[in-house]
Formats: sequence, C-alpha cells, structure tokens
Amino acid sequence: MLAYLVKRLGLAVLVALTVSVIAYLLLYLSGDPALAIAGEGASQADIDLIRKTYGFDQPLIVQYGDWLLKLLRGDLGVSMYFKTDVASLIFSKLSTTLLLAVYALTVALAISVPLGVLAAIYKNSWIDRLCLAVAVVGQSMPNFFFALILIMLFSISWRLLPVSGSGTWQHFVMPAITLGYYAAPAFMRLIRAGMIEVLSADYIRTARAKGLPTRTVIFKHALRNAIVPVVALAAVQLGFLLGGSIVIETIFALDGLGYLAYQSITFKDYPVTQIIVLLLSVIYILLTLASDIANAWLDPRIRVA
Amino acid sequence: MTASAQSHDLPLHRVTSRRRLGPLTWAACALSAFLCLSNPSFANKANDTLGMAYDQAPENIDPYFNNVRIGVIIAANVWDTLIYRDPVTNEYRGQLAKSWKQIDPRTLEFELREGIKFHNGEAFDADSVVFTLNYVSDPANKATTQANVRWIEKVEKIDQFKVRIISKAPFPAAIDYLATTLAIHPAKYYKEVGPAGMNAKPVGSGPYKIIEYIPGKSVTLERNANYFKDSPKSAGKIGKVKIRFIPDRQTQMAEVMSGGEDLIMHVPKDQAEKLKSLPHLQVLSGNTMRIVFLQMNSRDGAPAPELKDIRVRKAIAHAIDREAILKNIVGGGELINTICTPSQVGCSSDGATVYKYDPALSKKLLAEAGFANGLTLDLMAYRERQQTEAMINYLQAVGIKTKLGFMQYAAMRDLARANKTAITHQTWGSNLVNDLSASTPHYFGGGGDDVSRDPEVIALLNKGDSTVDPEERKKTYNKALVLISEKAYALPLWSLPVYYVANKDLNFKPYHDELVRFWEMNWK
Repeated sequence: MLAYLVKRLGLAVLVALTVSVIAYLLLYLSGDPALAIAGEGASQADIDLIRKTYGFDQPLIVQYGDWLLKLLRGDLGVSMYFKTDVASLIFSKLSTTLLLAVYALTVALAISVPLGVLAAIYKNSWIDRLCLAVAVVGQSMPNFFFALILIMLFSISWRLLPVSGSGTWQHFVMPAITLGYYAAPAFMRLIRAGMIEVLSADYIRTARAKGLPTRTVIFKHALRNAIVPVVALAAVQLGFLLGGSIVIETIFALDGLGYLAYQSITFKDYPVTQIIVLLLSVIYILLTLASDIANAWLDPRIRVA
Repeated sequence: MTASAQSHDLPLHRVTSRRRLGPLTWAACALSAFLCLSNPSFANKANDTLGMAYDQAPENIDPYFNNVRIGVIIAANVWDTLIYRDPVTNEYRGQLAKSWKQIDPRTLEFELREGIKFHNGEAFDADSVVFTLNYVSDPANKATTQANVRWIEKVEKIDQFKVRIISKAPFPAAIDYLATTLAIHPAKYYKEVGPAGMNAKPVGSGPYKIIEYIPGKSVTLERNANYFKDSPKSAGKIGKVKIRFIPDRQTQMAEVMSGGEDLIMHVPKDQAEKLKSLPHLQVLSGNTMRIVFLQMNSRDGAPAPELKDIRVRKAIAHAIDREAILKNIVGGGELINTICTPSQVGCSSDGATVYKYDPALSKKLLAEAGFANGLTLDLMAYRERQQTEAMINYLQAVGIKTKLGFMQYAAMRDLARANKTAITHQTWGSNLVNDLSASTPHYFGGGGDDVSRDPEVIALLNKGDSTVDPEERKKTYNKALVLISEKAYALPLWSLPVYYVANKDLNFKPYHDELVRFWEMNWK
C-alpha cells in the first residue's frame, strides 16, 4: 500500500508541476505581457518600465523559477488589475463558488436519485426511456444555452427570478439548476445501474420475503447500497462543478471564482488567471488522488495493478 | 440480467403506482412556496434608482488609476474638472475654475470658485488643484493614464483661489485635458489615503457621490443634494444610480428585457434593433469619437513590400465601398476623410484626397503596379470583425486576397511595432480628448505605431502639437492630414456609433463622447 501511495503521490506532484508550467506560460499567450498590461495609448517608456518592474526582461526559466518559489512560500502575487494580493482576492470569491457548487450538487442529486431509482424500478419501460431522455438532454445541451432558456422563462417571461447577481438565495436558483442538471446524468446512470444490480441480489429477495413494505426495501435496503459509488463520484464532480462554474458565473454575474477567472482573462490579469488555473487543477488532482487512495484502500486488487 | 431480477419488477410497479401523485404534490408545493418567497428587487422609477449594467469593472475608481470607459463615466458624475466642455457646442466653460488665461505659451492661470465642498465636507481651494495635479503627474505615483498627465511640469499656488499650471512644452491641447480627464480630489483626504484609499472610499465634488462600491461587482451613486449651483453640470435629478458589472452581453440584454436594469450601452446594432420591438424599452444611438481606418505598412523591411508602391495603396483605397459598409453594417456613425475625429480641434478634411469606390480604377492601378493577376496581403484586426470581413470581400473582388489575422489589441500592436504587419484594421478613441494631438500623431508622428514614418508628416505634426496660435496650428495640422491622404498611408473609414437600450421611463440623451450624464437624466 505504501509503495502505491508513494507512486500516486509522486504522479500527482508531477502533474501539478506540469500544470504550473502551463499556467506560467499563459502569460505569454497573447504576445508581450508588458504591452498587454500597458494598454492602448502607452508610450515605449511606460512599456519598458512595466517590463522591468514585472521582471519580464529576465530569461523565461528564471521568471518561472522565481514565480514557483514565491508560490511555495505562500506568496501568490499581486493582481495587476485590482492591485490587491491574489490570495485575499481569491479567498473573497471562494465562498460564492463553493456555495454554488454545493447547491448544484444538491440539485444534481435531487434530480438523479429519484430518476435513477425510477429508471431502475421501471427498467426498460417508457418511464426508464423518459429518464434516459432527461439524462441525454442534460448531458448534451450546452449549459450556457440552458442558462439562457431558464433566464427567458423565469426572468423575462414570468419575472419570478432576478437575471443576475449574487445578493439573495433567488440569485442562486437558476445557476444551481443549470450546473446541477448538467452534472446529474452521470449520477443517474450510476444509480440506475447500481439499483438494478442490487434489486436482483439475494438479500433484497429475502427482505421482501420477510414481508417488508416495498418502500423500505427500495430506500432502506437497495438504495443505501447502490448509492455508495455515488458518494465517490460526488467528490470528483465537485471539482468539475468548481471549474465548470466559470461560464455559469459569467452568465449570471455571480461574484465568485469563475467570474473572477473571466475578469482576469478579459483584463489580462495574468497573476490571477495563473493562480485560478493552478488552484482548480490542484483541487482536481487532490480529489482524484483522494478517490484513488480510497479505492485502493477498499479494493486491494488496485494496489498491485 | 437474471430472470429472478425481472420477476421482482411487477410488484414494485404496483406498489409505487399508488404513490404516483407524490412527486407532483411535491412539485406543486415547491412552486407555490417559490412564488410566495421569490421577490426579486428591481432598480426602477418606483424606487427612484436607475440601474445600469456594464461589462467591464474598473480596476480602481480613482479616475487617474483606471482606463476603462465606465471609469470615465463614473468620474464625470462623481468628480469635477477645472473646465467644462459643452458636449454639443464643444465650447469651454468654467467648472471648478471661474476663469482662466494664458500667461505664456507654457503657463495657464486659473481663478477658482469659492464655497465648493467635496462630498466629505472638505472645502475646495488651490491646495486641491495643486496637490492632485502634482501628485498624478509625478511618474513615481504611477497613474494609469500617463498620457493624460505627462504634459504637466508643475502646478503652483498663487493664492487660496488662484493657481498656475505649467506645461513641459507649449501644449495647446491642455484646456481639453483639463476639461475632460483631470478630475480634482480633496487635497487633505487624498494626501492621507492615496489612490488605494480613494478607491476604497471615493470622494469627489460632482453631482453624484459614491455610497457603496464593491470592486468588480457594483458601484452605487447617490444624488449630491449640496451640489454647487454655478456648475455647468446641473444637480442630479434621479435619487440613486446603481451600476452593476455584468460581463455577458446576453445577460445584460435579459436584464433590461426583464426590467432588472434600466440602461445598457455598446449593444450590437442587430440586437439593439430587435429590442426596439419591446414596449417598455427605447433604443438610442449616437455617434462616438472612435474612428476606424485601414493602416498600410510602407516601412522598409515590412512583410509586404508591395505596399511601398503608392499605386497599390491607392488601389486598396478605391476597392472598398465605404458608404455601403457604413450604411449596411456599421449602421450609424459618419464617413471620415482624414485620420482624426471630426470634432477634434485641428481636424479637418479640407483639401484631402477622397478615395471614391471605383473597383475598375482599383484594378487599373494594380495592373500598372505589376499586379494584374492580383496579390495576397495579410490583414490584421482586433474588433468589429463583420466590418473587417466586409472589407476583405471588396478587396477580393479586385484581386487582392487577404489572410485575416484576428487577435487581441495588444498582440496586434506588438506586431505593428515590430514592423510585422501589412494592413491593419485600426480604431482609435483619443481617450475622450477633443484635440487632434490625441489622435493623428499617435499613428503618424514617428512613434512606435507609425508604420509610414514620413519625415515631412512627422515634422508637420510635431510643429502642430506645440504651436500656440490656433489658426497657424490648424493650418499645420491640415497640411499633415492632406499629405497623409495624398500618399494613401491609411484609408480613413468611419466613426463608430454606439447603441444604448434604456427603459422608456427614462429621459436620456446620448453624446458623441460616450459619456453617460446621470445628472441630466430624469424619469418621465
């Protein structure tokens, strides 16, 4: 187990380092960063000053090394646009994004658990097909498009919900539904498959033979067992929801990490963009690592593979 | 799937079918609760709060430390300048200054108004002007908009209500800078808190004061009830203005459609026209100071030596039907015949060569230049792609194939400065300054963005920049503009229009400087 752990950990560090290189190179994606920062109407003297101030005149490897060392020391840099330190900027936006991710996960589970159970119970019937259709639509419809449909219905036609902002709980309804619906199909398929397998197990037959009510059989005996892999998936999906919220937060002008990512890209605020890319990647890497380790702990066959 | 598993389905069906009403009842309950609890608050006439949505957030509310349009709009409503420029007549009137006079070519003297108070109660006097302008013009303080302040050498206090502004060189455009971008801060407060503190708690003297600012999210203004009566700006009429930063254009449109916001700007023409059909909205458009032109690189060592031949440049100019594109795609704005904003002091098209749309002449010129079978050129652009594509079609029709490079502004400028461009689709907004020195010299004055580097044009523009006599200055600039047009270094195209969508309850008038004047607005 220890060898496996070291191997997985080493791999995770390597992936994180690779991502950090890519994140750093983002700086040079649209030409000379000094020119980009200087903006329209800047003189050559301004640009030279910026180049020197930010150290863009140093060799690339030195710039990257400096940046990485500072990161490891906990110095995430200063936002070129908002002129505040990146750490506090990101921290101030994190709660909105986490809240949205949790709401979206709740929506995803609220959609997928009942539909997955229904699809399993009514396997191969029209209800199963209907649930499948709901899943296919959720998976294939671009989430920005679904967001616009929701805005058209709930904000423009019926005027029930505010279009954008993050002031009240109403502001989170449409973003959570949009993100949650997109994440639901993966859960739904897992629950349906799990339920079908569990419902055919001997202990379910025994439970029913004992004369237990069907509701108890389904929810207490079957679902509890079928839902175990869903919990593992939920951890990984949380990473996806954090990253996937960039588009949704931008559309709904929710003042979170995704919106900050969009703003930092628009304003070429590279220190912020780099840290967000790195942070989201590290969250993903950590969640995957945790899931791998948990699986290995549960199933010894994985450790030797 | 085992047979036993399938055999279980039947009783489960029966049992659950009795509970089919369950989810429906739940949904009904949830919807009713939702209808009762949901009460989105709207900015509107009833609350005497004007809601405006804008896509970009300023990095700092202090007018000297941001360079986005909404920053300029907020500055004009929250701060005052020494001079006021009438947006219709372009005449200058005193705002914080009562009067001014030119002492010598480098010195302007201002007599200041008395009795004006900033939003925090601090009194306005010579110290406010001296400290603000000396602070922001010191490069060490790193004002973002250096172009607006670098001409100032120093500001001196003569007495409590008299100051002198001394420029580094004769600078006739000074009045316009002082009338548009150079806001005056309260000296004591600004000295104490600096730009960071000004951003955290902004204090001006204008018709609106900032009561809440959440960086990157929103800024709320409230009418300044004590605004001084002699100001050429009037006091505000609407109680509150809340500006929210919404990056997505579709969301902004949804906000005005649903009544969540009352005003949005920079709406694309086709979408603005669709919104016209909604009964509660009005669509207004106005011309702007931003000009559009095709710049042709004729420098030595440029990637397209063909453009060194004046016949090729003229062929390009004759190939494009500017009027058709202006009418059908740009939809607003006006044709320009020289590279400057028509309203700018010093801008004229008298005597300039105008290139009429004439594809036959264009082909003839190309044949004379040795390109009877056509040629291929790079064309780079960074905004208004539809306009670029329309021009590409016209060029194609006379045999000029183009390879389009569409990129960020900074990347395009990077290439232009490195002498790696052929044709570039440029636009320039002059940072609001209504003086030619803020436009033409940027592209033809010999600086990094000048890709023609004509010594005669450079000398004329330099002379114009420092000539104090207005008539002499205008003549000098005109000579440069005529020369640029004769040599077809660039093809002047049009000025860009801006479309606003506003609630019909709002009285709102657009101006060519794209400044939204909240103080003039009122509810119908």
